[in-house]
Amino acid sequence: MKRQLNFLCNNRIQMKKLKILLWCCCFLLSQGLMAQIEGEVIKPYKANFLLTNAKIYTVTNGILEDHDLLIEEGLIKAIGKDIPHQNHSVIDCSGKSLYPGFIDSGTSLGIVEINSLTETQDYMELGKFTPQMQALTVVNPNGVAIPVTRVSGVTTVLTQPRGGYFPGTAALINLNGYTPAQMFGGFKGLIMNFPSATRSGSNDNRSLEDLEKAATKTLEEINALWEKAATYLAIKSKGGDMDYYPEMEQLSRVLNKELPLLIEVNAAKDIVSALEWIKEKDVKVVLTGVAEGWKVADKIAAADVPVITGPILALPTRDSDNYDAPYNNPALLQKAGVKVALRTMEAENVRNLPFNAGFAAAYGMGTTEALKAITINPAEIFGVSDKIGSLEEGKKATLFIADGDPFEPKTQIQQVFINGYRIPMTNRHIRLYQEFLDREMQP
Amino acid sequence: MNKKRLLLAGLLIWLSAQVYAQENHSGDLLIKNAQVITITNGTLENTDVLVKKGIITEIGTNLKASKNVKIVDASGQYLMPGIIDAHSHLALEIINEASSPVTSEVQMSDVIDPFDISIYRALAGGTTITHAMHGSANVIGGQNVTLKLRYGTKDPNRLIMEEAPRTIKFALGENPTRVHGIGKNLQPRSRMGVEAVIRNGFEEALQYKAVWEKWNLEKQKKEINTAPPKFNSRLQTLVDILDGEIIVHCHSYRADEIYMLIEVCKEYGVDKIVFSHVNEGFKVAPELAKYTMGASVFSDWWAYKFEVYYSTAYNAAILTKNGVVTSINSDSDELVRHLYHEAAKTQRYGGLTDDEALALITINPAKQLGIGDYVGSIEVGKQADLVLFDKHPLSIYAIPQMTWVDGIMYFDRKSDQDDQRIKINIKRSPDPFRLSTGAHDCMQDVEMLFTDNYHH
Repeated sequence: MKRQLNFLCNNRIQMKKLKILLWCCCFLLSQGLMAQIEGEVIKPYKANFLLTNAKIYTVTNGILEDHDLLIEEGLIKAIGKDIPHQNHSVIDCSGKSLYPGFIDSGTSLGIVEINSLTETQDYMELGKFTPQMQALTVVNPNGVAIPVTRVSGVTTVLTQPRGGYFPGTAALINLNGYTPAQMFGGFKGLIMNFPSATRSGSNDNRSLEDLEKAATKTLEEINALWEKAATYLAIKSKGGDMDYYPEMEQLSRVLNKELPLLIEVNAAKDIVSALEWIKEKDVKVVLTGVAEGWKVADKIAAADVPVITGPILALPTRDSDNYDAPYNNPALLQKAGVKVALRTMEAENVRNLPFNAGFAAAYGMGTTEALKAITINPAEIFGVSDKIGSLEEGKKATLFIADGDPFEPKTQIQQVFINGYRIPMTNRHIRLYQEFLDREMQP
Repeated sequence: MNKKRLLLAGLLIWLSAQVYAQENHSGDLLIKNAQVITITNGTLENTDVLVKKGIITEIGTNLKASKNVKIVDASGQYLMPGIIDAHSHLALEIINEASSPVTSEVQMSDVIDPFDISIYRALAGGTTITHAMHGSANVIGGQNVTLKLRYGTKDPNRLIMEEAPRTIKFALGENPTRVHGIGKNLQPRSRMGVEAVIRNGFEEALQYKAVWEKWNLEKQKKEINTAPPKFNSRLQTLVDILDGEIIVHCHSYRADEIYMLIEVCKEYGVDKIVFSHVNEGFKVAPELAKYTMGASVFSDWWAYKFEVYYSTAYNAAILTKNGVVTSINSDSDELVRHLYHEAAKTQRYGGLTDDEALALITINPAKQLGIGDYVGSIEVGKQADLVLFDKHPLSIYAIPQMTWVDGIMYFDRKSDQDDQRIKINIKRSPDPFRLSTGAHDCMQDVEMLFTDNYHH
């Protein structure tokens, strides 16, 4: 090259050629630089997939051995034996199992990035009465924890605000999408923190009487808000000219049964009070938390109220309780006749939902019921069982392939689909593993 | 007369109770037909383990025991060594002495709480030894204590594992810079200051050591008749670290700060160091393998604060595969109840073998605490800290059935009572309701310095 340049420099006419050559070099060089941007990005993509010869855990129709499952247009088009295929992307699932995507019924996934940094906490607003605050609005579709979660087979979560009496409105989201709207899973519920008349923590030295007083006072405040919402609704339904009052607008949606009320309540005594409180109210109710539900399981069952409970990997609520009370809680509720869904209440570690279900299964619930508690039960509680929660024709293709029991840590989740999108089975945790497992430059 | 009789009767009852207690706490035991997961010598099918006076004396088949020795039929069940937690704050009344960036004079053995119900709950999860540590508020914190979970005693000293060497807590990064730098406008405010605090401490200790050495030498030669130099417990402890008498267990997260301390330790000849939490340990795994006693990590905790944002649940697997002595710890009264499950997660995140995964909670933490010759595996001559599972301990469905410390049973699922408290405060009945937060205990007792609810 150098010799050639020297030769070319010998006459002026060829200088122009040299310039052209230089430009060409620059162009080639820039092309070369562009090629140096390495690293392939795999995006979720939608196609028609045929999953063949799988063991299918339908949840609602038992276990189907050696069946195929056809995904078209984001839906489960067919489940059967030897489904013929044309232009389908075929995935051989011999020796593998198919499960519906798991649903975590209580998290703050997507609405907080790093919990110690208040700048990244979007789950709590100022004030005790903020029912109109929307968790869905603040879901960050690109939160790093989202891909970390979904490769575990957890495809759908309820993400919820926290704080005062009525901290806001929770939303069900699927863990794939570029906007909150694309992620929305079709359910919203209003969170209510039921006032507690129970001594909490080692520094709480209030007398039982004082505790009752404080709880009664709070409940009176809540009742006043409730009555106001009833008035608001009554005036509005008669065509009254309403001022802008977003709090009442949102709470009134509970009163007219547009929105279910998710009542967070944990101590046994408070659960009984909450059941008493909802008796006179004609609204859709779900009890959440319910850590001491096992103590009053019959009462909850009699009230015919579904329960979202968890985390299961938790300490007992009292020093005097048996060490395994939290592990047993879902089983005891379920056996009393309560419809139970599980939650982790996690943000970055929602991926532990299957392990929470595994503990519930081991401590009395059994794998079949524990599986329901993170699939069809929450789908029914959230009113979306026509779309998700089981593997049935016509439902959303939100499911995953595993090489064994997904509750077992040893099992690998091999492929996840959300609404028919094939999800890339990678995330930052996996990329760091790939980068650092076998490092260059030893000490 | 009646009073005397009553007294005598009382004395007799007390004596017989003592004898009964002795019989039940002899530490003699024969476990028959178990799947024995030895950790250091594979898994032995249908094998018996004989324990005499708290020590494993025989491992084999058809072993016989003398009369009155408790025999446990473990057919179809899995026996493994008691689980060891290399980072815990269990059974401690106070965790942080946050008054100075260096508090090496403080001893956690002074604040052991034998009544902590969490001890029993840890036993019910198969844990028999915890490393009761000072918190992470200070760069050089207090001296830790290794506990054997002999629950039921009211004597704090009965919980101390006598054979364990001394250890001390160090802490790098956000916690000491928050507590001292942000909280009190004192060095360290940055990771630069953290290094300076350690170097200053070591240099001061060397000066202190030199003063004493000079005085001792002169005294030997009888050249002087002066009073000895003033004793300083803080500096003497640092001297003991430099002399290799104390193992450093260092709370750390980021690769840069881990590497910093490795360099400082190399310079001062300190080679007994274990890094704890060490979320970015995977980035400097070859350095950790070459220069340290290992890394003690969480199975999957991350993103709860900025310095753990770039973490990976594959940390334990990367460290293990790079030859780092790796353990999984709890730092939590909740996690300490299922460390077997935490270890199992390394099979999902990095595909560790059963033996590799179980070493993370047995022999590896034992090595990191300097007690690997006594516990951490099922071997003849080792202490009989054992746990029996109904299924393989790495299965999600495994439930611990019995737990022994020194051959004495402290947990039996079949005869487990609801209320296992040994001290009950009648004034606070019913006892308070508490939801577990899942928070680490490392920053307990310093929250009052900050307005937000920050625990980790």
